[in-house]
Amino acid sequence: MGASPSKKEFMEALEKRHGKKLQNKFLNAVVAVCGLGGLGSNIAISLARAGIGKLILIDFDRVDISNLHRQQYFVSQLGMYKTDALCKTLEKIAPFTEICTYTDRITEDNLILLLQEADIICEAFDRAEEKAMLCEGVLVHLPEKYLVSASGMAGIGSANAIQTRRVSRRFYLCGDGISDVGETIGLVAPRVMLCAAHQAHTVLRILAEEFEI
Amino acid sequence: MVRINGENQDVAGETLAAYLAKTKYDVSRIAVERNGEIVPKAAYGEILLADGDAIEVVSFVGGG
Repeated sequence: MGASPSKKEFMEALEKRHGKKLQNKFLNAVVAVCGLGGLGSNIAISLARAGIGKLILIDFDRVDISNLHRQQYFVSQLGMYKTDALCKTLEKIAPFTEICTYTDRITEDNLILLLQEADIICEAFDRAEEKAMLCEGVLVHLPEKYLVSASGMAGIGSANAIQTRRVSRRFYLCGDGISDVGETIGLVAPRVMLCAAHQAHTVLRILAEEFEI
Repeated sequence: MVRINGENQDVAGETLAAYLAKTKYDVSRIAVERNGEIVPKAAYGEILLADGDAIEVVSFVGGG
């Protein structure tokens, strides 16, 4: 085991991959991930690996055995707050990504406070009502932000049905739009990861100023 | 005609709330944009659908 690379070495490695100009955009970005389940834990890992400068991670819940089939947690993390557990994992992957956590439930009353620093907000909740609340809240109260939401990734349906669409200028929606967790066999890791990858990739494309789908 | 999720519908003059009440949408699970601008739920009863409006009803399903 070698010593952990320096910040300079990390930055040079990322610049070599992405080019200095694009990597600077990633480095200067603040991205919020709302909900750290199957979508959010995978989104956060992708964004940390890509060299996003700061992640705001928000979830009120603890790691449960029922999460391990699709969410990026370890058996040793059972019972931990997801914010704390994911933070530990991200430190091992991308030690120079700044991480800010809120172990709290996002509501209409606190969303401005929690999300105002972010450039891009990923909605990664589980319940449809919470998804609708967050999207409406962000679009009403934080109209200068980009919003990347997800709906429809449960079940064993085709991987190719998972898509990204641009609903309006700053509002992107990923998923198949129809596969409800209550009406399917539930969530399986690869299909949730596909949707999370669509969301994370949309974030990178927005930062690269590639706004069209 | 009002264009709703890409389909023309003859609902000009109705409120958004009246239109939604005739559909299967669960209001607690949707977000609605009118001509690219979000419509807060509290305004559904006041928004009158007009000829040429483009309405996008985003209906969320559970899972994440």
